[in-house]
Amino acid sequence: MAIKSTPRVRVPAQAKAGEIIEIKTLISHDMESGQRKDSSGKTVPRDIIHTFQAAFNGKPFFTAEWFPSISANPYQSFFYKAKESGELTFTWTDDHGAEQKATAKLTVA
Amino acid sequence: MTFHQDATRAPSRRRALQLVGAAALAAVLAPRMSLATEAQVADEMKKLFGGKSMGEGKIKLDLPEIAENGLVVPINIDVESPMTDSDFVKSVHVFADGNPLPQVVTYQFTPQSGKAAASTRMRLAQTQNVIAVAEMSNGALYSAKAQVKVTIGGCGG
Repeated sequence: MAIKSTPRVRVPAQAKAGEIIEIKTLISHDMESGQRKDSSGKTVPRDIIHTFQAAFNGKPFFTAEWFPSISANPYQSFFYKAKESGELTFTWTDDHGAEQKATAKLTVA
Repeated sequence: MTFHQDATRAPSRRRALQLVGAAALAAVLAPRMSLATEAQVADEMKKLFGGKSMGEGKIKLDLPEIAENGLVVPINIDVESPMTDSDFVKSVHVFADGNPLPQVVTYQFTPQSGKAAASTRMRLAQTQNVIAVAEMSNGALYSAKAQVKVTIGGCGG
């Protein structure tokens, strides 16, 4: 199984060495909290993306553990200190163990 | 339709109606949902930090004073730190003391983060306090708290 939505990631294409860049990510997901009841009064089971991780050249540098209090279509912004050119990988993992990945190239001038 | 089929269906319909009635009654009697309390947040913090004392300051917690829509409340956290290999922010935990579950998000930072800052959007069920606790690489803890007034609760959608 996979998370169907295509994530959106905004990374500056270029950065100077030592520059701290801001990375913004967004993914479509209901983030079903497990608190909501459907029209027949049954609790809708919890189904959320519980982990978001960002890595540079395979080395994780930022992790967010999300709880049901995070809004639907979770947005996350964070920072990275650019040192060298390489590839950023972003991974979202949901309650079923399904993953969605996105990558972005970073060029350090 | 035979008599036999009719006889078996009637009790099941009655049973179904009874169940619906019972569920409706339960919905009226029970509070809409159980919400976390300040005590629960304190418990959760004790589990995570073992009752260690917390300093003030260092954390800039950016929250709207009034949230018109509790389903989408922006939150921006910025922790003051040089973010070097020997002195950085390890993690930031965010709690909401009036939501069904006290935890909101936990961030793990590294010196490569450059800056211990992050923003996201959260749900708030009602007017309540949002608490952020930052854990430094040397084990020191800092906390910050802000109240958000919620006009329309973002409770489970």
